[in-house]
Amino acid sequence: MSPASVPVPRTVLDASDISRALTRIAHEILERNRGADPVVLLGIPTRGVGLATRISERIAAVEGQSVPTGSLDVTMYRDDIGLKPARALEHTDIPPGGIDGKVVVLVDDVLFSGRTIRAALDAIGDIGRPKAVQLAVLVDRGHRELPIRADYVGKNLPTSLVERVTVHLTEYDGADAVLIADKTPLASEQPRVRTNDSSDARDGVRF
Amino acid sequence: MTAYLITGASIVGEGVADLLIDNGEIVAIGNDLDRPEDVEIVDGNGKIALPGLVDLHTHLREPGREDAETVLTGTRAAAMGGFTAVFAMANTDPVADTAGVVEQVWRLGREAGYADVYPIGAVTVGRQGTQLAELGAMADSAARVRVFSDDGDCVWDAALMRRALEYVKAFGGVIAQHAQEPRLTQGAQMNEGALSGVLGLTGWPSVAEESIIARDILLNAHVGSKLHICHLSTKGSVEIVRAAKKRGLEVTAEVTPHHLLLTEDLLTSYNPVFKVNPPLRTKADVEAVREGLADGTIDIVATDHAPHPVEDKDCEWSAAAFGMTGLETALSVVQHAMIDTKLMTWADLADRMSYRPAAIGQIGEHGRPLEVGAPANVTLVDPGVERTVVPGESASLSRNTPFDGMKLPGQVVATFLRGTPTVLDGKLTR
Amino acid sequence: MRHLLSAGDLSRDEANLILDTAEEMRSLADRPIKKLPALRGRTVVNLFFEDSTRTRISFEAAAKRLSADVINFSAKGSSVSKGESLKDTALTLQAMGADGVVCRHGSSGAPHLLATSGWMTGSVVNAGDGTHEHPTQALLDAFTMRRHLGSLDGRRITIVGDVLHSRVARSNVLLLATLGAEVTVVAPPTLLPVDMSGWPCATSYDLDATLPKSDAVMMLRVQRERMGEAFFPSAREYTRRYGLDVHRMAQLPDEAIVLHPGPMNRGMEISAEVADSTRSVIVEQVTNGVAIRMAVLYLLLSGSNETSEESQA
Repeated sequence: MSPASVPVPRTVLDASDISRALTRIAHEILERNRGADPVVLLGIPTRGVGLATRISERIAAVEGQSVPTGSLDVTMYRDDIGLKPARALEHTDIPPGGIDGKVVVLVDDVLFSGRTIRAALDAIGDIGRPKAVQLAVLVDRGHRELPIRADYVGKNLPTSLVERVTVHLTEYDGADAVLIADKTPLASEQPRVRTNDSSDARDGVRF
Repeated sequence: MTAYLITGASIVGEGVADLLIDNGEIVAIGNDLDRPEDVEIVDGNGKIALPGLVDLHTHLREPGREDAETVLTGTRAAAMGGFTAVFAMANTDPVADTAGVVEQVWRLGREAGYADVYPIGAVTVGRQGTQLAELGAMADSAARVRVFSDDGDCVWDAALMRRALEYVKAFGGVIAQHAQEPRLTQGAQMNEGALSGVLGLTGWPSVAEESIIARDILLNAHVGSKLHICHLSTKGSVEIVRAAKKRGLEVTAEVTPHHLLLTEDLLTSYNPVFKVNPPLRTKADVEAVREGLADGTIDIVATDHAPHPVEDKDCEWSAAAFGMTGLETALSVVQHAMIDTKLMTWADLADRMSYRPAAIGQIGEHGRPLEVGAPANVTLVDPGVERTVVPGESASLSRNTPFDGMKLPGQVVATFLRGTPTVLDGKLTR
Repeated sequence: MRHLLSAGDLSRDEANLILDTAEEMRSLADRPIKKLPALRGRTVVNLFFEDSTRTRISFEAAAKRLSADVINFSAKGSSVSKGESLKDTALTLQAMGADGVVCRHGSSGAPHLLATSGWMTGSVVNAGDGTHEHPTQALLDAFTMRRHLGSLDGRRITIVGDVLHSRVARSNVLLLATLGAEVTVVAPPTLLPVDMSGWPCATSYDLDATLPKSDAVMMLRVQRERMGEAFFPSAREYTRRYGLDVHRMAQLPDEAIVLHPGPMNRGMEISAEVADSTRSVIVEQVTNGVAIRMAVLYLLLSGSNETSEESQA
């Protein structure tokens, strides 16, 4: 591909859009579960963790009590683990009370094929037996390859497969924004296996 | 017998002349020689005619390890390398420690006809280092043994070494010592130094070689015999021999082609093809042995051609056998290390690889200058050719050359043994 | 990289990646199901030419926790003693489809040969070769130290004992230097290599002078047989000059820790009181060994073969 075709990304959610969406999700979680008591938030690294923290802060502001919040790395549960170079693990941090009998709300930035969430469900199964598992995502871009749907969606974003959705968060990227661009085809990209876009960005470590 | 005319070759690297060989002798040297009828012409243009090379240190493995080499295959390799005479080391099975074994090896060489084979007798019975072998019987045998060595093992017992040196005076023999103090080299695998510490291979200190050389030179000075040092490999050894010669003490020494070129750094691959006794040393040692060979401190180059079957090298380091093949690469390595570097001339090479080894081994037929009336033992080498060493192309039964894949200069074009070509056009004649 | 043959082959980033990964692996011990699916369908062969139950079970536990199929291949004796040759063993493993081979061998360089000979295509992990290296031991030692001391950058680490014959010492010196530590090896001169100019460490013959400047001290096993080879006169003299007892331990800074790769000669290089003291992290080293070996196996074997060959070190 010629360098001239590098696409210019377009902002589809700005900082205030993201803020409103997260606030709404926080309220929906409380409504659906009748309060914060049974809820454990588990963010999927990297940006899902930041989103989970923000949702947790909003719940605390509303309820006056914080919900246990942690992170769940799904790298070793991915179905493409043997197809790509070995990847560095992200941190898994299960809150002290564990997840048995709790309602685990998985938090991720973009829902795409659903394969990340499938991996997360397997990972949860090895950690404990929650009462229920729910899913919150900032963006649902469609194109599911598995029977998985989100319980809480910040924004439904119809996309084409050639587009790339990128979530930026201040704590990782310096600013809040959801961007969309035509995918720049890279030689290194794996044609067979699609994953959620944000995970593409962390594939870099080779061993 | 066919007559051969080598045309336009540089005689021992000096003047260009034709060289006519007939009836086993050199019959004429000069320009515009009369050509006998039916003479076969060998184009010597751009090539160098050398006296047939003599190797004082070859392992032919027969009898006992015919899977590694035989007298036939070993002498074929020798011919390909430009050698017309080789001295066969005694560490066969049975050991060449009796007249019977040395005569057998000598006869096998004659039958093969590729190079004259001069057996070396063991110094001690079974090379066990405890009791002198019947050196006189070997000297008096048809093989006329004059060189004795327990090579592979050191005659470490000082009293025994003294007696051996003394005893061979009766028939002008020479003791060729494998200088390796055994206690200092227990389990040793490679040169001791910075690298052995890093690679975790048991060190083989230079002093294990040097202390024996110093001892034996002094012993020999005391009894007035002939001492030859096999495969000298360290800078310190060169210095000891140089100092001894300066003081007028009697000693001769050899260096192998591999110690003139290769260093221990190759061992970082743990490839057992580089496992050899004495071990490959450092760059400083290589420079010192080159200098020693150039200034005559080291008298000769000897190959220590040590063939081993594949399975003895295709294994982990500590299980592998010591030794490298060398007959077919010796001349190229010496050209590369000594001549192309201007440390020596071709005349020096003829001295170190033909005249002097023949003198030490006391064989009159070989190591004679190229002159009319001398036996026609002649090697013709093309110094301009560059070749890549391919183990599978070796005439030896074994493949354990450390020069595998290396580009080396020079190629033996023809070898004549008493007027009969063993090699022509770079190929064995039969 | 495809193989782990020498601790010296690891860059600082690679070493830290292994240590960070091990940190994640270690948390597995607190979970109800101590198993991860990362190496499902992969075959790991423990190829042990030397007895070492400790190292073998540590690797076995690591591979099993990652869901690999584990085959233990104990091939005591070598081609010298007319057992099967290393080559034939390697060809056998290749035919069995081994993805990873954990190799312990008495000959220095044997894992290197397995990795480079072309006899087999799997990844090779050096689990200790002769008197050469034992990189996973060094990694678990560094991991243990890091957990207690934080970053090893600028930390002063002292390694005491038979450095000449110790694969643990070689790997540790290389790895710790890569991680920025200041390493000093202490031993009687007979038990140090004659030329250590290439080693990224200082040397000393004086343990008492070194201990007050040590954030961690690692005692190496000293074999009594070395006495017969005149490396030192007697066990008593060795202990007096180079053993770690409570009096010597008192010279260490307050936060300093004591390590030993095991198996210990209590009363020889380390006194029982020291081994069992609060400064001793010796038992923890064993626990960390499994996490480190999980990390190494995960990073070497979980990826695809094609891409890992590109990044072959």
